[in-house]
Amino acid sequence: MTTTPARLRSASGAGPRAAISEKTLRTDRWWLQPLLVFLGLGAFVVYGLVRAIMNKYYWASAEHYLAPFYSPCLTKSCVEGSSHFLGQPIPQLPSWLSPAMIILVLPGGFRLTCYYYRKAYYRSFWLSPPACAVPDGHKTYSGETRFPLIFQNIHRYFFYAAILVGSVLTYDAVLAWHGKDGGVGMGLGTLILAVNAVLIWAYTLGCHSCRNIIGGRLKHFSKHPVRYRAWGLVSKLNAKHQQFAWASLFSVIIADAYVMAVSAEWITDFRFFN
Amino acid sequence: MGTKRHFRVWRGDDTGGSLEDFQVEVNEGEVVLDVIHRLQATQTPDLAVRWNCKAGKCGSCSMEINGKPRLGCMTRMSTFNETETVTVTPLRTFPVIRDLVTNVNFNYQKARELPAFAPPAGVAPGEYRMQQVDVERSQEFRKCIECFLCQNVCHVIRDHEENKHAFSGPRFFIRAAELDMHPLDARDDRKELAQAEQGLGYCNITKCCTEVCPEHIKITDNAIIPMKERVVDRRYDPVTWLGRKIFRRDQLDEQPVSASPKPAAAAADSGSNWHQEGPVPQEAPVGADGKLVVAELTLDRAAAGSPFGDDQVFPLPPEQLRYQHPSPPTGDGH
Amino acid sequence: MTNIERHTYDVVVIGAGGAGLRAAIEARLAGKKTAIISKSLFGKAHTVMAEGGAAAAMGNVNSKDNWQVHFRDTMRGGKFLNNFRMAELHAKEAPSRIWELETYGALFDRTKDGKISQRNFGGHEYPRLAHVGDRTGLELIRTLQQKIVSLQQEDFAEHGDYEARIRVFQECTITELFVEDGAVSGAFGYYRESGDFVLFESAAIVLATGGVGKSYKVTSNSWEYTGDGHALALRTGATLINMEFLQFHPTGMVWPPSVKGILVTESVRGDGGVLRNTEGKRFMFDYVPDVFRKQYAETEEEADRWYSDPDNNRRPPELLPRDEVARAINSEVKAGRGTKAGGVLLDIASRLPAEQIRKRLPSMYHQFKELADVDITAAPMEVGPTCHYVMGGIEVDADTTAAAVAGLFAAGEVSGGMHGSNRLGGNSLSDLLVFGKRAGEHAAAHAEKIGRRKPSAAAVEAAVDTALAPLARADAGENPYTLHHELQEIMGVLVGIIRRDGELRESITRLAELKERVKKVGVSGGRKYNPGWHLALDLRNMLVVSECTAKAALERTESRGGHTREDFPKMDPKWRKVNLVCSLDGEDVRLEHQPLPVMRPELQGLFEQTELAKYMTDEEL
Repeated sequence: MTTTPARLRSASGAGPRAAISEKTLRTDRWWLQPLLVFLGLGAFVVYGLVRAIMNKYYWASAEHYLAPFYSPCLTKSCVEGSSHFLGQPIPQLPSWLSPAMIILVLPGGFRLTCYYYRKAYYRSFWLSPPACAVPDGHKTYSGETRFPLIFQNIHRYFFYAAILVGSVLTYDAVLAWHGKDGGVGMGLGTLILAVNAVLIWAYTLGCHSCRNIIGGRLKHFSKHPVRYRAWGLVSKLNAKHQQFAWASLFSVIIADAYVMAVSAEWITDFRFFN
Repeated sequence: MGTKRHFRVWRGDDTGGSLEDFQVEVNEGEVVLDVIHRLQATQTPDLAVRWNCKAGKCGSCSMEINGKPRLGCMTRMSTFNETETVTVTPLRTFPVIRDLVTNVNFNYQKARELPAFAPPAGVAPGEYRMQQVDVERSQEFRKCIECFLCQNVCHVIRDHEENKHAFSGPRFFIRAAELDMHPLDARDDRKELAQAEQGLGYCNITKCCTEVCPEHIKITDNAIIPMKERVVDRRYDPVTWLGRKIFRRDQLDEQPVSASPKPAAAAADSGSNWHQEGPVPQEAPVGADGKLVVAELTLDRAAAGSPFGDDQVFPLPPEQLRYQHPSPPTGDGH
Repeated sequence: MTNIERHTYDVVVIGAGGAGLRAAIEARLAGKKTAIISKSLFGKAHTVMAEGGAAAAMGNVNSKDNWQVHFRDTMRGGKFLNNFRMAELHAKEAPSRIWELETYGALFDRTKDGKISQRNFGGHEYPRLAHVGDRTGLELIRTLQQKIVSLQQEDFAEHGDYEARIRVFQECTITELFVEDGAVSGAFGYYRESGDFVLFESAAIVLATGGVGKSYKVTSNSWEYTGDGHALALRTGATLINMEFLQFHPTGMVWPPSVKGILVTESVRGDGGVLRNTEGKRFMFDYVPDVFRKQYAETEEEADRWYSDPDNNRRPPELLPRDEVARAINSEVKAGRGTKAGGVLLDIASRLPAEQIRKRLPSMYHQFKELADVDITAAPMEVGPTCHYVMGGIEVDADTTAAAVAGLFAAGEVSGGMHGSNRLGGNSLSDLLVFGKRAGEHAAAHAEKIGRRKPSAAAVEAAVDTALAPLARADAGENPYTLHHELQEIMGVLVGIIRRDGELRESITRLAELKERVKKVGVSGGRKYNPGWHLALDLRNMLVVSECTAKAALERTESRGGHTREDFPKMDPKWRKVNLVCSLDGEDVRLEHQPLPVMRPELQGLFEQTELAKYMTDEEL
């Protein structure tokens, strides 16, 4: 058996690199993608902040729509009817702290530590690097080896939380089938909430952590045929993780904005029936 | 049939160099490497370029074409406009030798530092049994042609030379993943090694390695992230930890971690004989003038002296040892 | 005096392909200090190009397979010109060599019960090729490379130095071997990178340098294949056999240049592809030999019906045996009805809908799309015979792989005899492993016996002068690229797949002229990574090997396996008993006849008498 070999000599001592004065010789529009991502994620963050501070228009009582940003609503300050089976375990909050801020930590953390979003914001916000073969412009670089970025490893915890969040959003989507006059009913909001729930699940279950837990960590697939199949399914979702990340990001904004508009009575919900 | 195209090729060596302009004929269906060869045959017979199979299978002709790391033999001229200038430079991350040829020894050094496949004990050649589904993941990584484009593009070392000693690079993360997922590899500490020795934590998964891979290996999604997750399994995950406690089994591997087996503390305590006088450290060999010999040339033996003294013979007689081997546990263990 | 780096090794292995690496592993395992010399980077050797697999009678897929069957197939493939003992050892030992690779970490494709999967291949009676998709060669070289690294790690643990007992000299070319008192004493070469000279003092040298394809205009071989090992062996006084046998594939791409030489699989023709000349004529109908007349269609209509209804129609003439197709293409091109690049058109685009082509020939479609942006669904391909493998090589002892000079060993494509007149697909990878191991083992034993040797200073100085000569002439000399081009032209046109007496004689004259000009080759620039200089030094190797091929091809007045004479189209049992042996007489190649070793009776008993009768003369039977 071999032992871990020590380093022979400094790897960098071999000589200078080619003296090319241009920082990058890329001729394509390599800056376009990071720019778009910057704008997209920036817009989401701004919207999220505004909505979280707003602290109203999140419950459309007649239609039984709960805005995803405020779901579940866990504090005593939640408007009547907006809290569901989880109750209101958290006491009255100071007025500057909305119920959204409490709950957004979970999906926010999940996305913040997500392997796809990490790529996206390291590139477009931190410029590390902005694009392939374009210098990252930082003096030193230690990656995710130390504080604070070593905390990216808690993605696993957020994944478990995200399963709860996904379940609650599913519950919300089911509640939205509540008819205006009691019984079963369906409006455009019902559809939007349902689509949103599906996309959130597709994003959550396609997560790299999930892929590892469900089967990726196994050494012998052949001994665990069921988990191997599950791993295969998750791998398919995982291959589209980037697309689902964006789709669910937009769907959650759309769903939230729609509920807000209905709740604030800026628009009336389009009802398919009841 | 051919058209004249404008090429800029970096020429020079470790003392410096610059982009030189060439007008060169390009025919239909040619790749960049063909054009470089035409330059060699017609204008610059000593233009240095590394190449071999010319079919995208050996990974020799790595270069940067219009700033992007590519294989010269896999970059077709038809991907450029007729009027476009094509700029060809050597790989930036490695020391240049001459023109388009760089010194890629960094990679060969890193390859040596990664423990090789550890064959399972007691399985004779010809008795290896593996299922196709179990070898498929590792097979993907074994497609690697070692063009080192991923190593070149990775900003961890491309932009930060100082990280080279601590960071092995994507090529060797897929090698680590390949071995960790190998159904019969006998080592179980590859995740720890990837984190501690290879610098897995330096990777911030910006996926440039995957983007440039000519073999289309999903380096980030299938190797680096799973390795990161496997480290998380061992070190950070609460549920796995709980599951292991409750079910007393480990689905991850068949054995617990033992990167470097340490004797149990209690056994070591009771088993050591600290009163024993250890061997006296030897003094370093000195020259006639009573000073340390600096030059290896004048020393009577190759390489540096032994830290234990050159006249110390191993193994030491057991009675001189301060350490006593613990006897195997009896009864109920712990 | 020029600065020369000196090294002393027990065993020096020249060539870092499959055979070289396997030999080095064996020599190191025998405890010998071993050097591996590689012309390119470590792990880039031409072995990576092998796609099909490695033939070994493991019997994993069909349990009826065993070494006797494999031996029989090999002998048949080589038209009984093989060195029977090599074929026997190869068939017997191949399975162990493959299994050994698994302990080094190789991951072959698996069968259902977890064993190594084996696939069918032309000429093999049972599924026999261990494979990994279509990149078996890469798997092989990577595995051996990683085994060497693992041995280096063991040495590091023991000695604190990775290179204590096995070292790879990358991008280093050997230009001269030294022989003193009839035995090898060292090797001399230069680092491509710096142009610095390096000398290896050693009593045992293993040649594993591969083939000679770069002497041909259209070849599937890489630039390394300049016949270095063949030429080095000749110059030390060793001998080559069977140099007239080269494996050509009738349809290799000739244009565009980016895919020149790459094979176009026969299934393109099997799926409906037809060959046309530049006049648009489907010419194969004119080339059906009388013996095949009955089995092949006479009209285009009938031929086209065969694809959908093979039972009631005769086969299209595009599916004639390889040499017939090659001969036809050759004749068309020589008659001026070929394309400018020297090929004919292989048209599948107008025969099948694009979607069908993509479905039936996915790898072909992608290969051309990716490498050359050629859409085979839209335009015909330009194809011609491409040089693929040389059966001939250094004459070696079957068991020890020792060449005629003491201390010189050879394995892999550079050695001759194993494959006879034609090699079966898949046998080259197993050949590398079987004889690579034997070469390493016996080289180590030889080094053990002899100890270390040292070449004389005068010989080294002469080698330096030879190496520096082209640089001294600089621009005043002949351009190496031009000379190389002319050599390829001569070999491609005159000593190609179909050979004729007159053309071969012409080639010998022209090669002699070229030899004089190669002596005057000159290159500008310095020694540091100067490809012009490298080519200039390789040229003389290519030239002497080409001369062997041309002379042997002229001498052998029959057609057999990889040697087709238009003026002697039949196989002649009398020639089966003869190996043509090349050696160097001053600067010229000397050719001698040598009887083939006679197969042992129990091996002969593996064949039916009627089959042997096809190959052997009456008195042999």
